[in-house]
Amino acid sequence: MSPLDTVAPSRRTFLTGAGALMIGLTLPMKTRAQDAALSATHAYNAFVRVGADNLVTVIVKHIEFGQGPWTGLATLVADEMDADWVQIRAEHAPADNDLYTNKVSGGMQITGGSTAMADSFLLMRKAGAAARAMLVSAAAEAWGVEAADIRVEKGIIAHPSSGQSATFGTFAERAAGFDVPQEPTLKTPDQFVYIGKNVPKLDTASKSNGDAIFTLDVYKDDMLTVVLEHPSVFGAKVGSVDDAKARVVSGVADVKQLSTGVAVYGENTFAALKGRKLLDVSWDTSEAETRTSDEIMAERVAAVKRRGAVAGETGDVDQALASAATTLEADYEFPYLVHAPMEPLDAVIARRDDGGIDVWMGSQAPGFDQQAVAAVTGVEQAQVHVHTMLAGGSFGRRAQPMSQFAAEAAEVFMAAGGEQPVKLMWTREDDIQGGFYRPVTAHRMRGGLDADGNIVAWDHVMAGQSFLYNTPFESMMIQNGVDAGLVEGGSAIPYAVPNFNASCHILNCPVTTLWWRSVGHTHTGYTVETFIDELLEKGGRDVVEGRLALMGDHQRLAATLRRVAEMADWGRSLPEGHALGVASVESFRSYVSEIAEVSIEDGVPRVHKVWCAVDCGIAVNPEIIKAQMEGGIGYGLGAVLFNELELGEGGKVMQSNFHDYRSLRIAEMPDVETSIITSDAAPTGVGEPGTPPIGPAVANAVRQLTGQPVRKLPMIKSLKA
Amino acid sequence: MKVTLNVNNQDRTVDVDPDTPLLWVLRDDMRLTGTKFGCGIAQCGACTVHVNGRPRRACVTPIAALEGAAVTTVEGLDGAEADAVKEAWAAFDTPQCGYCQSGQIMTATALLAVNPSPSDKDIDDSFAGNICRCATYVRIRKAVKAAGEKLEG
Repeated sequence: MSPLDTVAPSRRTFLTGAGALMIGLTLPMKTRAQDAALSATHAYNAFVRVGADNLVTVIVKHIEFGQGPWTGLATLVADEMDADWVQIRAEHAPADNDLYTNKVSGGMQITGGSTAMADSFLLMRKAGAAARAMLVSAAAEAWGVEAADIRVEKGIIAHPSSGQSATFGTFAERAAGFDVPQEPTLKTPDQFVYIGKNVPKLDTASKSNGDAIFTLDVYKDDMLTVVLEHPSVFGAKVGSVDDAKARVVSGVADVKQLSTGVAVYGENTFAALKGRKLLDVSWDTSEAETRTSDEIMAERVAAVKRRGAVAGETGDVDQALASAATTLEADYEFPYLVHAPMEPLDAVIARRDDGGIDVWMGSQAPGFDQQAVAAVTGVEQAQVHVHTMLAGGSFGRRAQPMSQFAAEAAEVFMAAGGEQPVKLMWTREDDIQGGFYRPVTAHRMRGGLDADGNIVAWDHVMAGQSFLYNTPFESMMIQNGVDAGLVEGGSAIPYAVPNFNASCHILNCPVTTLWWRSVGHTHTGYTVETFIDELLEKGGRDVVEGRLALMGDHQRLAATLRRVAEMADWGRSLPEGHALGVASVESFRSYVSEIAEVSIEDGVPRVHKVWCAVDCGIAVNPEIIKAQMEGGIGYGLGAVLFNELELGEGGKVMQSNFHDYRSLRIAEMPDVETSIITSDAAPTGVGEPGTPPIGPAVANAVRQLTGQPVRKLPMIKSLKA
Repeated sequence: MKVTLNVNNQDRTVDVDPDTPLLWVLRDDMRLTGTKFGCGIAQCGACTVHVNGRPRRACVTPIAALEGAAVTTVEGLDGAEADAVKEAWAAFDTPQCGYCQSGQIMTATALLAVNPSPSDKDIDDSFAGNICRCATYVRIRKAVKAAGEKLEG
């Protein structure tokens, strides 16, 4: 089956059990009779399909953009089915907020918050176990034997006493006739054959030979390729457009003024790009954000001088600070960050013969994107078919609670008449300058020590933008002036401090902002972990032992810290000019500690090696976990070392592409050694939790080397200042 | 403008704007979509192909300059280096999102063709122009070395 083809499910049976397999259904795949293989393909529930060709297709409701849900969730199904790994395939689920809801992340179909494994662990195992039970029932019926006497191993169904055996494919059709068991028997961990082992990733081969199809690779007959000229100032609107020069470019089909900018339609990509360069657009900036990012930062820095809406509180921090033997104050500044996934945003939209709409895009929230496209095109939501594609990274960028990009693509499609297929493609400049950044935040820390060096007071004030106002997440995430995403990692800390206060100020502005790999933990983790380091040292403590002594209620995190300290041989003598820095951050219910060995070369921290210990519960795919730690570390390291999106004079975005928004490159990537804590706890995510500790770990090492804390990012700017 | 070039061992003639970068000819005209767009200014390497055997950024290579040239894309990659690289890429499950990996693999095969036992410095230099936002660099490095050892072996 081509990744471009999906078949919409039609529900037949609804099962209303208390278990995770809430809705069972079959998908009659015989609608595609021209395809011999598919004509005999049967879905046993919303998550598993078995074909007469013996292939098992796992339907994955979380988008695969590098964090491994295709392989991870397929591992669960394959294990419970006792399938042979080589017969396993994966594909993205269609849009369906009810059927493919993410219960851990807001009760809608969304990928985010490192929740795929946590959300799907039982669900996918049940789906696999149900499919196995149905195949066994079919075999028992066909062979006239007891189901209890049938064994399944590596994709072979066998009845040992009669010597009969068959593949899954043999009974694919017959099995579909059985009811979906609501509470199939699941394996005990000692019976796992794939979970906890390493299976080859399902998408490695196609991503190594050019076969993997991303949205940009979707071509339709007669398709127009579209690029949009967006304002370089946030909140600006199109004033006037002179498109005369653009229109004479050979291959430019049309130019349209849209709500978000000016669209150039090309018969090919180059024509659209060339045409856009020749547009002359004047922008109406009367409602735009014209402040510089320095001015926006100054507003936040001023705000944190007083306490904000309280997000967490213990004891009496003001009294404790007043009576502390020693106090420490520190002000932190974190810039706007761009996600810059390798594949900039893109979408393909086409009209179906039945009047419906096909949308191909790297959709992180297919139900929302479906809704947005329906609203713009006037087509019933059920007639909008979202084909979630493999995407070239996201790091949060494709998770738009208001589906602004899908809506823009739909507007592009409708402005061209709503019949001709269009591909909307953002360039790297659109990506860097197009907003939805990690918000600018300022933090003020005040800490107090008693005469013995014990930490007795911790006062943390944060100020930043909330990107959840007027979104479906508002009621869930913003309460009493506190945005849970802004203060996560700061409202509660893993260290027992008797007098604690964390508060925040939400300061909104027209610069659009968004989640970013590990979101709030990037700035709260940095602040908390560098400040605790300074306080412990001021109190005469070793920063590892000191942390451990305060982690009473946080033993899973403490275990990662102990492990990583062993791995790095904390306390050993180091080469001249090298230092170790440590940080521990719990995020998204996973626990990660990292130690970085750092030197400074030409004013830039050089990270030689990172040791990482992670506890994410049951380690379903150990190599994927390790790869995500490596990736999270590299992503976070590049950002803290180099990255800052600036607004200059008049609010104009200063950076535009990888030459001035620098990505970490191979020579700057440290060696990473990861150890996974053995656990029988329910699995949690790994896409984001590797990121938060690296910044403070490096900063703590840099402070050892220079004697100066780094409280303003990016580091290269602070170190040169 | 008509240009005839050899792509993956096939002579192809295209009639396009002479300024058109090779990237868009490969993708739009030839539907060789393994070669990716990432930046358009030769900063990220996602569009790396081989032109006459050497790595080149297709996004800044105008088609007019390629009359008679031999172009290899990831789809046409074959031979000992390609086999060793793909095998090593699989052994380390190197790709994450995968979008930059065609470019990484084109760089890897070009490096190993001239230097089957690259040092860390050689790898740093060769891959300096290939960004991976997923930071698969640790595995790229290991895979390149493993592929080299296989070729040497």
